[in-house]
Amino acid sequence: MKVLVPVKRVIDYNVKVRVKADGSGVDLANVKMSMNPFDEIAVEQAIRLKEAGKADEVIAVSVGVKQAQETLRTALAMGADRAILVIAAEDVHTDIEPLTVAKILKGIVDEEQPGLVLCGKQAIDNDMNATGQMLSALLGWSQATFASEVDIDGDSATVTREVDGGLQTIKVKMPTVVTVDLRLNEPRYASLPNIMKAKKKPLDEKSAADYGVDPAPRLEIVSTVEPAARAAGIKVGSVDELLEKLKEAGAV
Amino acid sequence: MAVLLLAEVTDGELAMDATAKAVTACASLGDVTVLCTGATCADAAAQAATISGVGKVLCAEDAIYGKRLAEPVADLIVSLSGDYEHIVAPATTDAKNIMPRVAALLDVMVMSDVTAVVDGSTFERPIYAGNAMQTVKSSDAKKVITFRGSTFDAAETGGNASVENIGAAGDPGLSSWVEDKVAASDRPELTSAGVVVSGGRGVGSEDDFKIIEALADKLNAAVGASRAAVDSGYAPNDWQVGQTGKVVAPNLYVAVGISGAIQHLAGMKDSKVIVAINKDEEAPIFQVADFGLVADLFDAVPELTSKL
Ligand SMILES: Cc1cc2nc3c(=O)[nH]c(=O)nc-3n(C[C@H](O)[C@H](O)[C@H](O)COP(=O)(O)OP(=O)(O)OC[C@H]3O[C@@H](n4cnc5c(N)ncnc54)[C@H](O)[C@@H]3O)c2cc1C
Ligand SMILES: Nc1ncnc2c1ncn2[C@@H]1O[C@H](COP(=O)(O)O)[C@@H](O)[C@H]1O
Repeated sequence: MKVLVPVKRVIDYNVKVRVKADGSGVDLANVKMSMNPFDEIAVEQAIRLKEAGKADEVIAVSVGVKQAQETLRTALAMGADRAILVIAAEDVHTDIEPLTVAKILKGIVDEEQPGLVLCGKQAIDNDMNATGQMLSALLGWSQATFASEVDIDGDSATVTREVDGGLQTIKVKMPTVVTVDLRLNEPRYASLPNIMKAKKKPLDEKSAADYGVDPAPRLEIVSTVEPAARAAGIKVGSVDELLEKLKEAGAV
Repeated sequence: MAVLLLAEVTDGELAMDATAKAVTACASLGDVTVLCTGATCADAAAQAATISGVGKVLCAEDAIYGKRLAEPVADLIVSLSGDYEHIVAPATTDAKNIMPRVAALLDVMVMSDVTAVVDGSTFERPIYAGNAMQTVKSSDAKKVITFRGSTFDAAETGGNASVENIGAAGDPGLSSWVEDKVAASDRPELTSAGVVVSGGRGVGSEDDFKIIEALADKLNAAVGASRAAVDSGYAPNDWQVGQTGKVVAPNLYVAVGISGAIQHLAGMKDSKVIVAINKDEEAPIFQVADFGLVADLFDAVPELTSKL
């Protein structure tokens, strides 16, 4: 079985986001970019499946700008076998919508015929939480979102999902799309020898047009602004003072 | 213009607060029809019919909707979609599982966690863990939306909408339910509680989390947690507050032993009054706290609990 892992290049989760003064978006020039944290977990899971003999090949895919190459090299250094970069934008500020990404991924699935697609649950830049579900819909496959446990057994997978009420376990038919949550695993760091080896692994470059997909967005960005700031608070010196202030504020 | 709203129904029970907040959110978009699904959902439908502003309730009662698996529910919504321009739901994990699937089947984009309606095609939503607010205008014929509950007040009850039973849309047979692990709790539900007390890594152990729970019980509060507390096994996953957990905006939020990473702030910074108890006076949580107490939580929290 082949496993396809879509990985997105996003602002590093430790970087403080700055909104551009003209309201056109968030400033991404000269900012540290990394693999979306959820996607690291997806790559890790795919590699573990290969190590357990349940997958033969792990293919990492990224859709976006040319610089997403670096993200794919990270996936290759972690242990993915090969990578596909689909160039769909030139400006690093252009975010490709989940629907477009899903359509491109469908094109890749049609070509590669993986038995499993492992996505992240959410990209930490647009916070959409949509691509995996959309891909599953376009393929007519089953879906298992927000996974904290995945057990593949022949033609079905048993997946435990993190839901509002706690945990839900479902069984899905293969092939399937799984989106992974934070507690599924602890992703490995790439070792230096593996980083060197990754440079020689195949990385194919494609365009959105190769899959017949028009990357034009459906959502026009009207404005991007800073959220309203909270008024500065105060420090209290004791529990008694805290209680007094809370009573004054009508909070207790 | 008409709106189809997927109600939050779990095991036959309507989540009134989440559903009524979504009714408020979409009220300006057109006549609201609420869809209830479940193995049983007559009671939920009857209750949804009492929410003011609801014009009609559709009740799709069938075993295949029992656990609200994404594939059958999405197919049902698509089969009904012809009559509606907006298809909406509260931004719960159930809806986030289902609605993007609906959108893709309709060949439209989804808008997740919408916090404000500008007009019928223009909506505001947070991005980058709430560090930026983006307004987007959809050019799609149908708009598929989940609304973030913490920014809308629940619609009142007192309505009397008609309830129509509808048939199932067929079972794609792609997935099946195995089990739920839901901890029963007498405490208020996290996303609708008026007071939330959250503990972080600073609490140190599952056992010590009891002091957080004791404070919560004194305040009739829900209990929340940071991701670090959940990952360390001090608290269950459904307590996690933040960018990738639950978003809450109670009247009072008490953060104990939580440093205040942006991913945590994303889930609580719209709370009315924020209290932070942390022994590190430099902790970023103090930047959003109305009242900050620099103290060891093992002294301050029991003292606070006993004096309340
Ligand atoms: C993709 C992604 C998504 C994430 N999503 C979330 C999310 O949804 N929610 C979330 O919370 N986090 C999330 N995180 C994690 C986040 O970045 C932080 O790591 C996490 O919030 C830290 O939790 P914490 O504040 O409990 O722990 P720490 O940062 O370790 O802070 C512990 C605090 O406790 C204080 N303390 C220790 N002992 C005491 C004592 N005795 N008395 C008083 N104070 C004490 C310390 O001074 C410190 O400030 C996410 C991270 C990533 C990468
Ligand atoms: N441009 C992209 N390239 C590759 N994978 C992506 C891209 N956008 C989204 N994904 C995948 O879809 C997941 C969810 O993203 P989103 O729906 O944008 O929140 C991510 O964690 C990735 O696995």
